[in-house]
Amino acid sequence: MTDAALSTRVAAAREERVVGSNAGVRYLLAAIAVFISALMLAPVVLSFFASIKSKADASATPPTYLPHSFSLENYRNILDYQAGLWTYVGNSLLVAALAIVLVVALAVPAGYGLARFRFRGKEVLFLVLLLPLMIPYQSLLIPIYMMFAKIGLANTHIGLAIIHAILQIPFSIYLMRNSFEGVPKELEEAAVVDGGNSFQLFTRVALPLVLPGVVTIALFAFITSWNEFLAALIVMNKETLFTVPVMLVSVRTGHLGAVDWGSLQAGIIVSIIPCVLIYVFLQKYYVSGLLSGAVK
Amino acid sequence: MNLGRRNLLGLAYMAPALLFVAVFVLYPFGQLIYTSFTDASLLGGGKWVGAANYVRIFTGDPQFWKALWFTLKYTVIITPVLMGLGYALALLTAQNDRVLQFARGVIFMPVVIGLGTSSLLWFWLFDQQVGLFDKALVDLHIANSMIVWFTNADWALWAVIISVTWKVVGFGMILFVAAIQSISREVVEASQIDGAGYWQRVSMIYAPLTLRTVLLVTLISAIGSMLAFEQLYIMTGGGPRGLTFTSVYWIYQSAFIKFQLGYGSALAIVLTAIITIAAAIQIFLTSRSAPQ
Repeated sequence: MTDAALSTRVAAAREERVVGSNAGVRYLLAAIAVFISALMLAPVVLSFFASIKSKADASATPPTYLPHSFSLENYRNILDYQAGLWTYVGNSLLVAALAIVLVVALAVPAGYGLARFRFRGKEVLFLVLLLPLMIPYQSLLIPIYMMFAKIGLANTHIGLAIIHAILQIPFSIYLMRNSFEGVPKELEEAAVVDGGNSFQLFTRVALPLVLPGVVTIALFAFITSWNEFLAALIVMNKETLFTVPVMLVSVRTGHLGAVDWGSLQAGIIVSIIPCVLIYVFLQKYYVSGLLSGAVK
Repeated sequence: MNLGRRNLLGLAYMAPALLFVAVFVLYPFGQLIYTSFTDASLLGGGKWVGAANYVRIFTGDPQFWKALWFTLKYTVIITPVLMGLGYALALLTAQNDRVLQFARGVIFMPVVIGLGTSSLLWFWLFDQQVGLFDKALVDLHIANSMIVWFTNADWALWAVIISVTWKVVGFGMILFVAAIQSISREVVEASQIDGAGYWQRVSMIYAPLTLRTVLLVTLISAIGSMLAFEQLYIMTGGGPRGLTFTSVYWIYQSAFIKFQLGYGSALAIVLTAIITIAAAIQIFLTSRSAPQ
């Protein structure tokens, strides 16, 4: 084969890439992709439509896909549900904020220590930090609950945040170790020449360079904490301490056996919004974090 | 800086995290083992009872084994569904074309929604009176009338599988896309120059070169399914007739509803052991079949 012929075939192959070469196939694939996207969006969109129906409309049989009229009745109802929606959203936000603080405060220095120092036993200690991956937290909830009851952490925001932090620690340390290892050592060495001590190197030189990593672990901590259900169900026994997912289940249970479907949909939308906003606006951090955490 | 000091400094940076894991993971794990040999309950107690709890698991608690069996069935059905669909979606959207990238973003979106929330959302979609999923099936002439999903254990299982698939299929997809995209262009182009068709390329190039990722995601996914709780707690409540309890759900039920913390601990140990052994076997097989 001549060079020219080869290069046209290479060009043709490039053109083709992953799927078929002709435009028809490509349009067909795009159409299928759009159709699947619509299917995937449908549940959330229908839930949103149901949430803006009137209360009666939302429970009507047979149901309708689209709202007949616009009403904020369901959102008003959920705002006034038991202790009030803001109490539950506040609980969830406070727990998530505490979980973020714990995860960042623990994982960032640990990642730095792992990336920048060489000492015997380091890899063993790294494995110890990854242990929460190997022991399912579902089975740890019994002893943790007993411990919390003894030391006064049951029914506290910080107690639940500690459990959520356990879930995120291995991934976060792993990611921070990789991030710090990606920072050229020369930068710190230059700072040593300028007379910085180790802690200054860490906070002033290395830390600013790994901020994307810090944002990523904070994001994951938020989403995990905001969504976590089982620990919240076990640790938070007082109605006023419920987090949003636990509140939603009690909305569903309803009064006198009848489910208030409209309020439930309004609650579902409220619980989805922060996650989807974060995902849409910070997708870069989220997906890159997921990939670096799972693939390597 | 001398070596001894650097040792200490490195340790100092890791110390808070190590302490945290020691106090909130290692110590509770020790407590879990200890408690499993006692009759501890939420109402007090805590006397050493030897292996009595374990004897009871193996001789006097058929419901646990039923729950474990159900969990296994759930895992064995949903894992290939998630891997197969996830891989198909990855093949469909792996190109960096704008429409396909958008589709990828949308398919992944439910991953960030809570499992509790998505289970409630689908509980509504599956409702036999107001459920729009049921109504869509009727309108499309797939079903004659609104299906009652949760009074039959098999139907309930499929309802849960549909809802969880919607929620997590994007997770595998995004990792598979990354694996497919990381295959070097040269390899793909060489196969095209040699005249390999699309399906040939999928089976001879993509599949073997992404096998490691597929096995890893299978492991993560299967462990997650073996620990299923929310989706059943919310959608079926363990019913009908206790046929859809999962292992974790039964542990929760024993420890926190029936107040038997000691017995619940023993169940948790047994479940952890089963999952650890299964995972170890899979990791062993993986390292043999995909050396890299």
